[in-house]
Amino acid sequence: MLEPLYWIIRRDLTIAMRRRADVFTTLIFFVIVVSLFPLGIGPEPETLRQIAPGIVWVGALLASMLALEQIFSADHRDGTLEQMLLTPQPVSVLVVGKILAHWLVSGVPLVIMAPVLGLQYNLSADVLLVLMASLLLGTPALSLIGAIGAALTLGLRSGGVLLALLVLPLYIPVLIFGAGAVEATASGLGGQAHLSMLAAILVASLVLAPLATAAALRVAED
Amino acid sequence: MTPGSTSPSLQIDRLCCVRGDRTLFHDLSFAVSGGELLHLKGHNGSGKTTLLRALAGLLLPESGEIRWQGENIRALREEYARHLLYLGHHNGIKGDLTAVENLRIAAILDGYALDEETAWRILAEIGLRGHEDLPTKHLSQGQKRRVALARLLANRATVWVLDEPFTALDVAAVQLLQDVIHRHVADGGIAIVTTHQEVAMIGANTRTIELGRRDA
Amino acid sequence: MSSRLINWFKFSSPATFYPLARKISVASAVIAVVLIAVGLYMSFFVAPTDYKQGEGYRIIFVHVPASWMSMFIYLVMAAWAAMGLVFNTRLSAMMAQALAPTGAMFAFISLWTGSFWGKPMWGTWWVWDARITSELILLFLYLGYMALRAAIDDPRRGDRASAILLLVGVVNIPIIYYSVQWWNTLHQGSTIKMNAETTMDETMLITMLIMTLGFWAYSIAVAMARVRTVILERERTASWVRELGLAGS
Repeated sequence: MLEPLYWIIRRDLTIAMRRRADVFTTLIFFVIVVSLFPLGIGPEPETLRQIAPGIVWVGALLASMLALEQIFSADHRDGTLEQMLLTPQPVSVLVVGKILAHWLVSGVPLVIMAPVLGLQYNLSADVLLVLMASLLLGTPALSLIGAIGAALTLGLRSGGVLLALLVLPLYIPVLIFGAGAVEATASGLGGQAHLSMLAAILVASLVLAPLATAAALRVAED
Repeated sequence: MTPGSTSPSLQIDRLCCVRGDRTLFHDLSFAVSGGELLHLKGHNGSGKTTLLRALAGLLLPESGEIRWQGENIRALREEYARHLLYLGHHNGIKGDLTAVENLRIAAILDGYALDEETAWRILAEIGLRGHEDLPTKHLSQGQKRRVALARLLANRATVWVLDEPFTALDVAAVQLLQDVIHRHVADGGIAIVTTHQEVAMIGANTRTIELGRRDA
Repeated sequence: MSSRLINWFKFSSPATFYPLARKISVASAVIAVVLIAVGLYMSFFVAPTDYKQGEGYRIIFVHVPASWMSMFIYLVMAAWAAMGLVFNTRLSAMMAQALAPTGAMFAFISLWTGSFWGKPMWGTWWVWDARITSELILLFLYLGYMALRAAIDDPRRGDRASAILLLVGVVNIPIIYYSVQWWNTLHQGSTIKMNAETTMDETMLITMLIMTLGFWAYSIAVAMARVRTVILERERTASWVRELGLAGS
């Protein structure tokens, strides 16, 4: 069961490495969105510090969602997705592999970039650390949940906007606990409880989301 | 289930498939067993592809059952997939990977290992010598089809479900593919093939079913 | 699956259900009109003025039942969806589809009346109260469901895809609700509490009950009427529908 998982991840990473340009679009989107807020709000450092956790988190959430639109579409177009459904491997395991590879390519860069953006907002070192930790736990959960939406909207016209409509409400708990962890740390309350909740959400979505995604993919290929 | 001890059999029982508003076929029943080649014919839109996708288990029929060794394939799922090789309109290969990589990953996902050497040999056999190491997006349509068909030589599946396998192939490749299919059937396998161009699929155990005869 | 089970579901096939739905719809509509008329009369003229909130509170007789219905209908839809996925019955998905607009409407009414209530009570149209926020998210879930349905042309794919979405939504609703609650207590303390447990007079309770039952009857009536049009549209090529058309004209 682990071998096909490894190979799916390896396959998708190889493909991602051969089309590196795609990787950066997500990251650049994240940077731009987060950098737009001070321009809309004003450069007042105290205000910016207060809203920073929410802004960085919303930026990461939107970037991750936009990247997700691509997760199954290429495989759907070239027929490798239908072949995946016809292998003797459990589809949900292959789905986990695809999501993991996708997260490594589009999610991890966000986690790494976040502290740099946090500096723009005057966040202190320990807050930046919690920001990274929360994104490290939160973005894979976003990928897992979002994959369901990506599978449901596969091959539909206006798929991107529809994906946002389906997925964003489901992202709310991750956003609340993710941004909450950073904020609680910034205000001196400690983000431990929030991070535990995020971890719980991650585990729950790791168990449930691939099943729903696999079912949705079967429907999409019907 | 040990292959060889019982003859493989695929039963289609009162199958009905609907696409949108249209009933493509209903009450379709037939059976195929090991050593048989089933040639599906029919005009465009008669439901050949739909039937093949249903046989592969991709498509949920409106009613009726498809049984492999007496059990519904919806219940067997992965167990049935082990015995199946489906080739659809899409080649199912990644343009960013080379022919060798494509073939080997397909093999691993299909549950068996294919070493580098064998992969190269198979690709040479199917006429891709010199192109094994190129990203397949640089290949021609016919060559891409050959990469997809290389799976037939590597795979040990019993049931081959091939949707228009001859598209984009040149004369030599058509001949090769016919030989491969006949060899598979002669070895006791099942092949279900659609073609709309007149490719001779005549062999010892060939049966033809024509879909979409408008008798309504 | 035993054949007895299949037969049972065959009985509730669209063709047999179609005439039945009409009867249920008409009966429920009559009940709804009566109950809602009585309920509204009681809300405006019988229920006593609230000692703390004055006359403005009377909107809760619409607001609270609407909120309940919006949540309940989502659960019912998810139950139909699960049934449709498990037994592959067409009618289940049609029922879910028929209920969705009503559920969304109740969610919207709940938000709207909540806003109307909030203005005189707190001096603002919108408060980020946990319940209101959750209700808003519920409305988004309804809209997402309807948008997904509308985007898929093949009705069978639409049925199954939207059923999966409903089940995902139903698993998420408690998590969303809990997280919003957590977020709310963290950010606002308990300065504002909607639907605070004011001592509720017996008449108020009865009024609310009547309104709720009225909304129930309304939902059933509308859903049944809607499922009839869904059935007709989806089964328009079926022979029984064609015969119906000939007989009707």
